[in-house]
Amino acid sequence: MRSLSNIFWLGTKELRSLFGDVVLIGLVIYSFTVAVISQAQSNSQELYHASIAVVDEDSSELSRRIIGAFLLPYFQPPVHITQAQIEPVMNSGRFTFVLDIPPNFERDVLAGHRPALQVNVDATAMVQAGLGSGYILQIIDTEIDWFLARAQTTPLSPVNLVTRIAFNPNVTTSWFESVMGIISSVTMLAIILAGAALVREREHGTMEHLLVMPLSPFEIAMSKIWANGLVIAAAVVIALYLVVQLVLGVPIAGSIPLFMVGVVLYLFFGTAVGLFLGTIARSMPQLGLLYILVAVPMNMLSGGATPVEAQPQWLSTIMKASPSTHFVSVAQAILYRGAGFDVVWQHFIAIAGIGALFLTLTIWRFRAAVTATGA
Amino acid sequence: MSDAAPPVAVIRNVTQRYRDVTALADISIELPSGCVVGLIGPDGVGKSSLLSILAGARAIQDGQVMVLGADMADRRARSRVCPRIAYMPQGLGKNLYPDLSVRENIEFFARLFGQSRDEREWRIAELLQSTGLADFADRPAKKLSGGMKQKLGLCCSLIHDPDLLILDEPTTGVDPLSRRQFWDLIDRLRARSAGKMSVVVATAYMEEAERFDWLIAMNDGRILATGSPAELRVQTGATSIEDAFVALLPQAADQDQAEMPARTVLDGSHEPVIVARELTRQFGDFTAVDRVSFSIRKGEIFGFVGSHGCGKTTTMKMLTGLLPPSDGEALIFGRTMEAGNYESRRRVGYMSQSFSLYGELTVRQNLVLHARLFHLPPDQADKRIAELVERCDLADHIDGLASDLPLGIRQRLSLAVAIVHKPDLLILDEPTSGVDPVARNQFWRLLIELSRNDGMTIFVSTHFMNEAARCDRLSLMHDGRVLATDTPDGLIKAKNARSLEQAFIAFLEQDAGVDDGAPVTLTQADPNRAALPRADDDGQRALFSSRRLLAYTIREGLELVRDPIRLLFALFGTAFLMIVIGFGISTDVNNLTFAALDHDQTPESRAYLAELRGSRYFTERPPLADYADLERRMKNGDIKASIEIPPNFGMDIKRGRPAFVSAWIDGSMPFRAETIRGYLEGTHILYLSDPAVKTTQASAASAADITIRFKYNQSFDSIYAMVPTTIALMLALFPAILMALAVVREKELGSITNLYVTPVTRLEFLLGKQLPYVAVALVNFAVMFVMALWLFRVSFKGSMLPLLLGTVVYVFTTTGYGMLISTFCRTQIAALFGTAILTVLPATQFSGMMVPVSSLSGFAQLIGMGFPMTYFRPITVGTFTKGLGFADLGPYVLMLLAFIPVLTTLSLVLLPKQEQ
Repeated sequence: MRSLSNIFWLGTKELRSLFGDVVLIGLVIYSFTVAVISQAQSNSQELYHASIAVVDEDSSELSRRIIGAFLLPYFQPPVHITQAQIEPVMNSGRFTFVLDIPPNFERDVLAGHRPALQVNVDATAMVQAGLGSGYILQIIDTEIDWFLARAQTTPLSPVNLVTRIAFNPNVTTSWFESVMGIISSVTMLAIILAGAALVREREHGTMEHLLVMPLSPFEIAMSKIWANGLVIAAAVVIALYLVVQLVLGVPIAGSIPLFMVGVVLYLFFGTAVGLFLGTIARSMPQLGLLYILVAVPMNMLSGGATPVEAQPQWLSTIMKASPSTHFVSVAQAILYRGAGFDVVWQHFIAIAGIGALFLTLTIWRFRAAVTATGA
Repeated sequence: MSDAAPPVAVIRNVTQRYRDVTALADISIELPSGCVVGLIGPDGVGKSSLLSILAGARAIQDGQVMVLGADMADRRARSRVCPRIAYMPQGLGKNLYPDLSVRENIEFFARLFGQSRDEREWRIAELLQSTGLADFADRPAKKLSGGMKQKLGLCCSLIHDPDLLILDEPTTGVDPLSRRQFWDLIDRLRARSAGKMSVVVATAYMEEAERFDWLIAMNDGRILATGSPAELRVQTGATSIEDAFVALLPQAADQDQAEMPARTVLDGSHEPVIVARELTRQFGDFTAVDRVSFSIRKGEIFGFVGSHGCGKTTTMKMLTGLLPPSDGEALIFGRTMEAGNYESRRRVGYMSQSFSLYGELTVRQNLVLHARLFHLPPDQADKRIAELVERCDLADHIDGLASDLPLGIRQRLSLAVAIVHKPDLLILDEPTSGVDPVARNQFWRLLIELSRNDGMTIFVSTHFMNEAARCDRLSLMHDGRVLATDTPDGLIKAKNARSLEQAFIAFLEQDAGVDDGAPVTLTQADPNRAALPRADDDGQRALFSSRRLLAYTIREGLELVRDPIRLLFALFGTAFLMIVIGFGISTDVNNLTFAALDHDQTPESRAYLAELRGSRYFTERPPLADYADLERRMKNGDIKASIEIPPNFGMDIKRGRPAFVSAWIDGSMPFRAETIRGYLEGTHILYLSDPAVKTTQASAASAADITIRFKYNQSFDSIYAMVPTTIALMLALFPAILMALAVVREKELGSITNLYVTPVTRLEFLLGKQLPYVAVALVNFAVMFVMALWLFRVSFKGSMLPLLLGTVVYVFTTTGYGMLISTFCRTQIAALFGTAILTVLPATQFSGMMVPVSSLSGFAQLIGMGFPMTYFRPITVGTFTKGLGFADLGPYVLMLLAFIPVLTTLSLVLLPKQEQ
């Protein structure tokens, strides 16, 4: 009871301190608006405005139809170039795709000679190159089929594949990136706000003051966890409703309250890590440098940027132990796939467990760390 | 001082405001030349503002200031006269660099004044000799004692032989012996210059003011009085300058000294409240506290007296349980204050050096918070807070923020907070530093009341001798040791001294032996000296001096090498993140999980699935039982795709009817979904063309043979694009952050003053600081280049020349980018996050890392085109993976080159040469 009261009163002070820090509040607002929106509108997950050039040596109706089939928003209007320009424009990276339609292409197609058509792809433009070459194959195939279909009927394949995409039928980047943006902001802020709260008290000497009073490190740590967690959790709710749903127009399939349970657990973990880093760093800049080394891998490898399946085995094994990976899974399951508690409870336990581990480490290091600077 | 000589400085109607605080209110005064002018007054009355304006460090807001005949508002006049002025800002060694040695610090200043090697060495040798620092020339500044730091500061100020020496509280917190030596040294230096050198000095020690020639008493941004010490004493009828000052104050009514009633032993017991036995604390090889023993009896006021850094604070921390002793023991109420001892802690009140208030809380909120944390019942808490507010005279400020309070009131609030729970023992660490004499008196009256009326035991540390004299008993501390413990009278008697200060000096001299405290000899003016041209005659007028630039480069490099955390981060941070990103960010999606819902279960359906099972992209999970199973497993992420084969699939194929397979793909990650769709379609085509697949119908082959040619990267492995891109990304992020921190660090620590008051130009300052980070970035590049070749096995196909050239230019632009950001950041933390945010966003999203810049539109493309990485990524990717040479990449190098003058000019415009 005594302890709860201490945690509560220390936390109220924490809230007042946080709202007094213009830089940190600015960071919170930035992270849940500009950062989320710019990430959502990056189109990095889909084929969007890919640059394509064509060398049309045929100048036939078929070649024109093929060229005319590359449409926005997938492709920018194709630009005509000459054979000699292929090498330079690809070297400079001006075009990701260059289509080379050979002379007499239409005639050879009609004659059934299966003429060759070459698509040059800049394989260093990673996402676009992979997705775009698939689209291009399909577009050309379809156009040729349509062209031939006027002359004769082409038979339907004996076996046909119908693919449908669940949860995000038009594979829109913003559906995915908006929520991933929120997650990376949560990771960033949880670590920074809690870490900064600890370092700030150390720099101002108030932490020593607290430790001389009848307060335990657990109470001091918990007060920072709940106060900073509360601010971030509130910001997440606002961002989900205002930024994600209203501004970006992303539909949310699952239960936001259940997702918030996950957020709260993850905040417990994130703030505990922040406090732990705060016990290691001796100054704000050191905290910032440590943050970069810890949070960047946690964010980039959690499955929020590129698929976890694409990592080497050893790395994905390590990352499966990271709560950020669990949290990304939880968010995707709940918000996109509408999953319920039965699906995510194991992730919840993992996140809370690792959070508790960091809290223990923090408390263990607390006293030594706080006084070490005063020398 | 001669009346005929023109004044050294003339100040007319100067007013200076910081937000709503008026630091100087319409000040007009003439400072006589050739003498020591003293500015006296408590903290925050405008002394420092006035001195920094005289030194040219701060821009004049309103009014006119002429120093040595030059108008300080005019930039040209200022740069002409600044080599004749030396300025030592407030805060011991604030313009010094703690990681540099004594000699390196002085060398840095010598270079700033453009001195040649010969002149530099001669002057440094002479200064070290005169100040007695010669034996410590190689010791880092941070390991010097207060007195030595102060001498080093003086050496750095005198390196260019100034005509006007401006010292802002040079002796605050220094032990009395060092203080006396310091003023003796100044006197001898002045004597040597034959009275040519003028000195303007601010001090908080009123006793020191007795020895100055001419005094200016300041309060609240205004001048109270001027004149020689004797004149001021006569004018006020006071016996000391301190009393004279108090008498000059407008609210002079309250000037009776706090009288010290004799201690009455309340309960007759001599049971000690605090006992320290052989208390020792070491930090590494440095002994901060060395076998300190004392005991404090109930109800007494016990003083701890000594300079900054003599171990007072460390001892107090051990007593309060904040710091475990290396050896010995500290008992409070007969018990050690280890972590779990909450019972003793409830009986202790503690006021730390920094006052430990929550500045963002109001006075009332601070009091209420502490009452709650000590669990006072609400009704009692209200009563207690009301009582404290009255007693400590806080009623006028009750709803003001603690950070807005004047120092004296903040100090009383801090005391009120410390005693809210009526502790038996009160521990106060330098509670009165920086507070004016009136406020100090008030504070001591409170302490005496607490001791005599409430029976509180008080343990207080101070560096003011007149405060020490009010303690019942005190310990004199020096260098981590207690020199003597007794009553003030006892100590004075022991040394046959006139005052406590004299007694302390005697104890210090006895402790130091003959050697250390020996007065330093001053070399006579060297005959060669006249032959040496004053540096300002040639080097200083130059608009650009490589010597001044190198001064910053050398210093920054030394500091970086000596800060292990920053250096480790600078050198290995990139390597670490390169591994993480190079291996982790990949678009080669493998091990995709799928499961089949086979309603057909015929050889035909199994043949279709076999095609998928044979693909290296897919991993099969146990088959699906029904639609519910499908939905459940898609939801929990167990499978990323499901293949449903309808009943009659085999039959349809046999009968030549078009058969359909349907696939559901998890779209929660769009990129993965698109990739799966591509793989499924590819596998489907393979199935159709597989000769083993028997259909009754002729396969419809495509009418054209479309070949996809993956240029530059035939295997289409993302690592070949990712690794070179990561090099560009890391070189954008790290050099910018390190550079921004380096500039803002100087602002935050105060050494930026050296830019304001020495002849160094902004361009020299910025470029000089940039060079070490360019070097660090090039080392990073080398490490990453080797990692790319050997760790990631990415072969290098192109030519070295454009890559090397591009890299050098690029790291200049990225450090320049950090430099630009630093000009509008005030704190290191803001610089760090500002740079990180302003770099990470454009670098990862708008510079072609994931999406080619040519595919961006509008604002995003503009940002991309304005960010250097957009032009460097084609160079790394081009040389590594595309195998290109200079012909293709030259334009990119030129584009990068264009950034350098733009970034540098913008930084120059935004970086002020004076504090605003």
